[in-house]
Amino acid sequence: MTDAAKKKIVKEIHVDLDKCIGCRACELACSSFHAKPRYSSTNPARARIRVVVDDLNDVYVPIRAGDYTPAECTGRHTHTINGKEYRECSFCGVSCPARDLFKEPDSGLPLKCDMCEDDPPLAEPMCVQVCPHDALTYEEREEEGGEEEPREELEIGLDALTKKYGMKKVMDTVARMAVSKKQ
Amino acid sequence: MRYAETGFNLEIDLSRGSIERVESDPAWTERYLGGQGTAGKILWDRVPPDVEPFSPDNLLIFSAGLLLATPVPGANRTTVDTFSPQTNLYSHSLFGGFFGPELKHAGYDKIIIRGKAPDLVYLWIHNDKVEIRDAGHLQGKGALETGALIKEELNAPEAQVAAIGMAGENRVYMATIEHANSSASRGVGVIMGDKGLKAIAVRGTKDINIAQPQELFEICNPMYQEIYDNPYCGDVFLHEDDEGWHVDNFAWGNARERNKGYWNKEREARWKALSDDVRLRWTGCYNCPKDCHQAIKYPGRQTYFQKCYSKLTYCMAAYKELDFNYDILGVTQEHGLDGYSTPQVLAFAIELYEAGILTDEDLPGFPSDSGERFFYLVDKLVRREGVGDALANGVYWAAREIGKGAEDFDHNSMKKFEQLPLKLKMINYPYFLMYATGEKMTITQIEGSYPQAAIADRKEREEFVKNWDAAPERFKKWFLEWEPRTHPSIEESVHICDWNETMHYIDDAIGTCAFLSSFRGQFGGRPPYHLYNLPGFISHATGMDLDPDRLWEIGRRNRNMIRALNIRRGLRRKDEKPPEDHWKIRDPEMETELLDAYYEFKGWTHDGIPTKETLDGLGLEYVSEDFMKRGILPESEPSED
Ligand code: SF4
Ligand code: SF4
Ligand code: SF4
Repeated sequence: MTDAAKKKIVKEIHVDLDKCIGCRACELACSSFHAKPRYSSTNPARARIRVVVDDLNDVYVPIRAGDYTPAECTGRHTHTINGKEYRECSFCGVSCPARDLFKEPDSGLPLKCDMCEDDPPLAEPMCVQVCPHDALTYEEREEEGGEEEPREELEIGLDALTKKYGMKKVMDTVARMAVSKKQ
Repeated sequence: MRYAETGFNLEIDLSRGSIERVESDPAWTERYLGGQGTAGKILWDRVPPDVEPFSPDNLLIFSAGLLLATPVPGANRTTVDTFSPQTNLYSHSLFGGFFGPELKHAGYDKIIIRGKAPDLVYLWIHNDKVEIRDAGHLQGKGALETGALIKEELNAPEAQVAAIGMAGENRVYMATIEHANSSASRGVGVIMGDKGLKAIAVRGTKDINIAQPQELFEICNPMYQEIYDNPYCGDVFLHEDDEGWHVDNFAWGNARERNKGYWNKEREARWKALSDDVRLRWTGCYNCPKDCHQAIKYPGRQTYFQKCYSKLTYCMAAYKELDFNYDILGVTQEHGLDGYSTPQVLAFAIELYEAGILTDEDLPGFPSDSGERFFYLVDKLVRREGVGDALANGVYWAAREIGKGAEDFDHNSMKKFEQLPLKLKMINYPYFLMYATGEKMTITQIEGSYPQAAIADRKEREEFVKNWDAAPERFKKWFLEWEPRTHPSIEESVHICDWNETMHYIDDAIGTCAFLSSFRGQFGGRPPYHLYNLPGFISHATGMDLDPDRLWEIGRRNRNMIRALNIRRGLRRKDEKPPEDHWKIRDPEMETELLDAYYEFKGWTHDGIPTKETLDGLGLEYVSEDFMKRGILPESEPSED
């Protein structure tokens, strides 16, 4: 394996709650991009990003749809940040039975953000494109070792041994053990 | 399939408790677009002129403009149309925020409300499920507080709510309808209250279809950055800390006097520090990259949203500082009181007291501080207690009810409606026409496309005209020739008034925000939306075949139909006067000439009535027939054969 092949592209959308003006353009754009045919309809209820708004408490939290869960959390936190109280659900992107978010309105099937995968790829995901206030910003970065196959336990163990004793010693030991086993 | 619109209206009869979903006629969209246009047609068809505003037969219509819920950025206006008890004329208001798009996603373009609920109710629209629910427990609650309570009891955090406060419940004429960060002012909350409707909550999860998706996307997507970067659109003034323009040009007290020299750097620094301190954030409306609304948390008050020039109206009317304005807005917003007319009514009451017309008997325990007086009067007003009962009918009616010379203090209303507290020196020709002839009751809903002032430097002027995409050719020529401190000619004035108002009629039908369009050409001349690019947005969204000429014609049609609503209720030339001392130097002869020229240009009679040719030419034969039947227009000559 070459070093380059070990790297993977990590796509990240940064959310800055302080910059959000609550316009929900991100919801509209996401729903329109994922409409079939593309852009043929709008419907924020189908968006894979939703802005949780509680305007009297100055809460504006854009969250993207993550995984599906069949059961809601049993206990929930509230977070106090800069004197403002947020419910844990306000930050959670899970499509969950406790709420309406991130389910297809007709079928109830869970929705999940796909980072606007497209061929050719978009310069930026749609939700980011329509947010000039930079409440949403997009970053692609390379991360080490991302695309390696998951290594097996044995390999991980051997790796640790070679680090400790050196490759030669490990191989000698293995060879000796093999010989003794044969006898 | 219907594109951009849902094709259905919701008909609610609150007297009978009935709810119907009614399909609308697609031909109407071709003729009037939607929003105010189609609402005006419904009022024409269904509310005859003898229906009193407080009759159960008066309609209150919420319309989501034609482009709402399409990807067109900044198309989010809901219009509210009805007849006003203050003027006995057509009453029109608009609000932004999120309500209209949600209504469309619930499957409706309009909510048409008739009748009166026997007890206070609210409406809950959740897609196809629509209920009239008891609102007894919400009586007296603040407008935004009501929204929060309703969302909680419905367990619908994503619902959008429009509600009235105590002012609307008590049929105060300057009652607003409040929704999220936006308000509908100009006398529509009073009708909602009269109908016993505390609030409307709506939640929608249906698709809105787009006729030409790829084409529309391509012109919409660049608009986000363009609108964001454009310094001439949005609420430009509210974002500035230099209030010199407003405090110097607008009158203080009951539209009484200008306070020149009030503004200075020290005050600017102090006011800015205060605003920064009480502002939680700037917020925008649905799908718009501008952020025209300040979320304000003032000590001891619930969070509220401040917009437009209401930042200064109370403090200037009370001769106070900015902190007073932020403080009292915390109360008046929740009561649902119009931030333009209310301060004038309160200042008017103080003037009457100081003149001895209102006495301690009328105002027991009246404080001496003007700020405390305002709070005192607000409380009387929203409860219609004592003299508050007269004041709640606005300056014009209160003056007549109180009598004893109070009429002389009513100097800033027009067609019985309070106007912006402007006090200027020399009459301005186009403005004279806009004030006198507008159906929309406030100048901000009429002015806005043609620049307010000439550019002195010829080179700069040429540069301005070169990049002036929004303007029809004739205006470019006129603007090039316009020297500062000179009047536009009669012809130019007529055209300026015509262009300005027509653009508003277009916005109000499709729901684009005037801050991005009809109101935002007058400084800088670069509105993101204008006559020449709007046809593209409308066509791609709806599939209609539109060009600037056809769009202009629809604007004219709507303008004439709305005019007809008022004509049928008795409005005539004699009513078309600007507020009395708006300008110090008047020119009666010129004013007559201006009005004559404007009526003629519009194809109206000497008395301001659209002629049969004008009406028929716009396809408004049903109006001309009605006018002839009522004797408003002469019966046409019987034909020879
Ligand atoms: S587009 Fe940006 S500013 Fe608007 S709601 Fe979404 S995250 Fe907030
Ligand atoms: S990245 Fe794309 S799919 Fe994900 S929320 Fe944003 S617009 Fe929707
Ligand atoms: S320009 Fe301002 S007021 Fe208009 S829609 Fe945008 S945010 Fe709302």
